[in-house]
Amino acid sequence: MEFLRPATWDEALAAKAEHPTALPISGGTDVMVEMNFDVHRPPAILDLNRVTELTEWSNDGEVVRLGAAVPYSRIIDELSGPLPGLALAAHTVGSPQIRNRGGVGGNLGAASPAGDSHPALLAAGRDVLVEAASVRGTRLIPIDDFYVGVKRNCLEPDELIRAVRIPVADGPQQFSKIGTRNAMVIAVCAFGFALHPRSGTVGTGIGSAAPTPRRAVEAEEYLRDVLAERGLWESGELLGAEVIQRFGELVKAAASPIDDVRGTADYRRHALAVMARRTLTWTWNDYRKQIRSAA
Amino acid sequence: MNARTSAQNSAGTGAGTGARTSTGTSTGTGARTIQGQKNLQDIRQSSKDGIGGSPLRPDGTLKVRGEFAYSSDMWHEDMLWGMALRSPHPRANILSVDISEALAVPGVYAVLTHEDIPGAKYYGLEIADQPALAIDRIRYHGESIALVAADHPETARRAVKKIKVEYEVLTPIVTEEQCLDPETYGYVHEPHEYKSHAYGNICHEQKLVSGLGVTDEVRALADVVVSGTYEVGMQDQAFLGPESGLAVPAEDGGIDLYIATQWLHVDRQQMAPVLGLPEEKVRLTLAGVGGAFGGREDLSMQIHACLLAQRTGKPVKIVYSRDESFFGHVHRHPAKMYYEHGATRDGKLVYADARIVLDGGAYASASPAVVGNAASLGHGPYVVPNVRMHAIALYSNNPSCGAMRGFGAVQAAFGYETQMDRLAAELGMDPVELRQLNAMQQGDLMPTGQEIDAPAPVAELLRRVKDMPLPPPLDTDDLDVRLLPGALSNTSHGEGIVRGVGYSVGIKNVGFSEGFDDYSTARVRLEVIGGEPVAMVHTAMAEVGQGGVTVHAQIARTELGVEQVTIHPANTEVGSAGSTSASRQTYMTGGAVKLAAEAVKRELIEKGRRRYGWTQQDLTLAGGKVVSESAGALVSMVDLLGEDAIDLTREHHHRPTVPFDKETGQGFGHVQYTFCANRAVVDVDVELGLVKVVELTAVQDVGKALNPLSVVGQIQGGCTQALGLAVMEEIIVRDGKVRNASFTDYLIPTILDTPPIPVEILELPDPHAPYGLRGVGEAPTVSATPSIVAAIRNATGLALRRIPVRPEHLTTERPGEL
Ligand SMILES: Cc1cc2nc3c(=O)[nH]c(=O)nc-3n(C[C@H](O)[C@H](O)[C@H](O)COP(=O)(O)OP(=O)(O)OC[C@H]3O[C@@H](n4cnc5c(N)ncnc54)[C@H](O)[C@@H]3O)c2cc1C
Repeated sequence: MEFLRPATWDEALAAKAEHPTALPISGGTDVMVEMNFDVHRPPAILDLNRVTELTEWSNDGEVVRLGAAVPYSRIIDELSGPLPGLALAAHTVGSPQIRNRGGVGGNLGAASPAGDSHPALLAAGRDVLVEAASVRGTRLIPIDDFYVGVKRNCLEPDELIRAVRIPVADGPQQFSKIGTRNAMVIAVCAFGFALHPRSGTVGTGIGSAAPTPRRAVEAEEYLRDVLAERGLWESGELLGAEVIQRFGELVKAAASPIDDVRGTADYRRHALAVMARRTLTWTWNDYRKQIRSAA
Repeated sequence: MNARTSAQNSAGTGAGTGARTSTGTSTGTGARTIQGQKNLQDIRQSSKDGIGGSPLRPDGTLKVRGEFAYSSDMWHEDMLWGMALRSPHPRANILSVDISEALAVPGVYAVLTHEDIPGAKYYGLEIADQPALAIDRIRYHGESIALVAADHPETARRAVKKIKVEYEVLTPIVTEEQCLDPETYGYVHEPHEYKSHAYGNICHEQKLVSGLGVTDEVRALADVVVSGTYEVGMQDQAFLGPESGLAVPAEDGGIDLYIATQWLHVDRQQMAPVLGLPEEKVRLTLAGVGGAFGGREDLSMQIHACLLAQRTGKPVKIVYSRDESFFGHVHRHPAKMYYEHGATRDGKLVYADARIVLDGGAYASASPAVVGNAASLGHGPYVVPNVRMHAIALYSNNPSCGAMRGFGAVQAAFGYETQMDRLAAELGMDPVELRQLNAMQQGDLMPTGQEIDAPAPVAELLRRVKDMPLPPPLDTDDLDVRLLPGALSNTSHGEGIVRGVGYSVGIKNVGFSEGFDDYSTARVRLEVIGGEPVAMVHTAMAEVGQGGVTVHAQIARTELGVEQVTIHPANTEVGSAGSTSASRQTYMTGGAVKLAAEAVKRELIEKGRRRYGWTQQDLTLAGGKVVSESAGALVSMVDLLGEDAIDLTREHHHRPTVPFDKETGQGFGHVQYTFCANRAVVDVDVELGLVKVVELTAVQDVGKALNPLSVVGQIQGGCTQALGLAVMEEIIVRDGKVRNASFTDYLIPTILDTPPIPVEILELPDPHAPYGLRGVGEAPTVSATPSIVAAIRNATGLALRRIPVRPEHLTTERPGEL
């Protein structure tokens, strides 16, 4: 097995172009597990750990450009203000050791339906962009187009993830995840939710309940319309049980889960509805507080 | 050569401070204290690190710092790596095995099948029904078929993949119904292959009848009857150190094996015939053990590494990967149990009827003993005048099941304790009161007819656990999500949370039962080293984390009045120490160390009498001297010993027991009984079905706490493993195939799942046991699970007839709900 260690981003892209079957390794928290379990025997490994740009982030006030290898622990410590949903999701990943190594780039690279970043990224909005680069240039892939199948994303063989561009939160965001124990657990199912008052929209993301992470489109549209029609963004009135209930039902309907060792399809649907109702309630309560204190 | 564990070398140098402070031992305030009579040793004890003290374990710091040498860390110059090919099918005929391509891989030194075995082809803990390598038939998913030795693990792995096996895949026999109808579904072992009393696909069975048994007349005496069917999933020991060892061929044609195991001598006894060697040429030394819990009582890679070493003439190391480990050891028997209890209107038990079906999987392992425990302990620590019990272990094509902490008793306790709660509900009684009303005590008879001839403070344990202060209610104003169900997964900010409280009590036997003489041997040597008297303790006891080496040093200090004790590496140069299981090691090998040390003490004093003509009868050893109660210190041990060493070996046998009668289950079958009571407090998110155990209290009678800190550790560990069974731990098997052979999907409790575990210890001496002690390791594992499930029932109102309780059982699907 060849072990490629580019020192710079350009070298990394060149190496990937030359060895399109080389498996990138960043934190290694997926790659090493799969190698241990003998799932993968890639012909070559492309170690990205010397490429320091990947562990940097910047924030221009509108968009955070999150380097692919910024570890979860730093997302929690440094970015819970602009990216509250992702920071909450990061908090649920693995253990401190895993959060020190793993990052969003690896989560996207693995594209597991159970990856915890995904619901948060989807909820953060349709203008979340995965910055994929190759020697041929850079593609900005909308998050909705990124996941194409079970553990499959739309990267080309010569592409690497440089960063993810995520709009700075303009409203409350939440993330909730079910596991059969209280820490260090792969999601049975997960739900990300965000209010986007500026655009008058809401974002959702469903994890572990479909072949790919997915958005609950109808739930988003329903809530967007209710919020607009009833002037709730302005009034900050309570949503009412019926709206919350309906939203939960639509989220549930958007999922197409399976039975597996981690949980049943029925339970996943049920739990998604509960998480949807709760996260909506929490975010809306926060939003009400915000506009009250602003008023 | 790096095969010794560092834990073996320097036992008991710890500080031993503050061990009693937070543990609430029986010297605590308030409740009446029950204490063993202070004996002479206590009065004269000069070492704070003798028995009753809490010197720290020698391996503790090393393990925490990652410096402990586990069996998987061993290395030998020129060594090869062994690896097994395992079956992907649970039931199949092997039509052919072609090893030629594997042999051709550069770096491969040997590829073996059962045809290469020099000696006997079958082995087993109780029944030799398991082939060392599969012969023509596959009986479980993961059964090993062939072995490879190569110069690198990766080479071995690749070669294993090149072994070509042609299978005729058969439909596995996996359900109780299928097992019990071999005419239709087939035999796991053909009847002509049975090596014991098996019939059909029943590996072992035990019936029991006491009083009038259970008849219509007896049933008519009960005012209230509750009955139900209960199910226990397949738990795994989930030890963190995978099976591993290093086999080194010796010049005399024998073999030296460095191995993580629970019982060196029984390993050897099973290995030698297969290797075609006399036992004395198979020498075992204990390597660093990373947990056991019963899972290392059977052989795993022992024979395999030795076969490869014999063939290649080179040292061979085998280390299982995590997934292989799930196939490499037996699990806890899953159980289906029917229970029926009748009681009078005032709550007195009239009768109990039970049928316990344990799935033993493909090979017998410890199934007979598990059945014996389930049958004899399956009515709990209660006085039941009329009993009928039928316990069986099946042969099936599921993974083999055998020893795991509390076996037989754990499964049954979930059944009878659930029944007690239901009976209490039916009678409108407090569940603790109902239990106390029927609690057994010293002098009562077990359903086996055996008199409980040592303290059995069941009602007292319950009273104490109930009297412990409850944790404060959830503070909804100042929520810390880490304390809620789901914790940092952020599923609730207080919504849906309901608190529940549950109680339970359990009974477990200590030591091997039913006529088994599981004696222990200890050698103690006393000599002067560097101007100080030093005792060396040599046993074959497997230190698997229970703290045996610490306790041995404490016993030697107390008995010999020395401070310096070294622990010799455990090996087969000394006689058997029996297994580190059945809560027996402090009792049995500790007892042997005591006997050997006492003999050394007698000999030393005798030497003094001969030299100095002492006539006092009150001589003993303390503070490095021979002392007399009347005359004070007489001579230092250094002077008395001079250049001599006193080196004596003793065996310790527990009192004899007898097998249970096959039909009636009557007999003096158990050595000792042990009891623990628990209270669980849980918060349940009733909408999401997530559980957080808030507190798990344990009160246990330990007879005498030789090392109170270790005792508390054992009880807390046992409670945690019980918590795992209650709410998460299960090997999921579908059609005979294991679906979750990883720590990603076989979940064990993390620190966020593990609540505070307040422990109260009672010390009521058992007159039959050394120092009056009682084995402690298993009782809490038996009793704690039902208390947690009871607490979840209390919060949810659900019946919960199956463990582990999963989120869907509390929400979308509710098995066993009436
Ligand atoms: C004990 C444990 C617990 C875990 N718990 C969780 C959990 O709770 N939630 C969760 O979501 N995940 C969990 N994981 C999985 C893993 O930690 C995450 O998916 C993590 O985000 C992976 O990041 P990484 O940098 O370690 O990725 P790596 O393992 O380095 O890579 C993962 C994949 O992404 C590819 N890749 C990495 N970087 C790039 C890049 N720049 N461009 C293109 N492809 C790239 C790799 O080739 C590989 O296919 C856990 C893993 C372990 C071992």
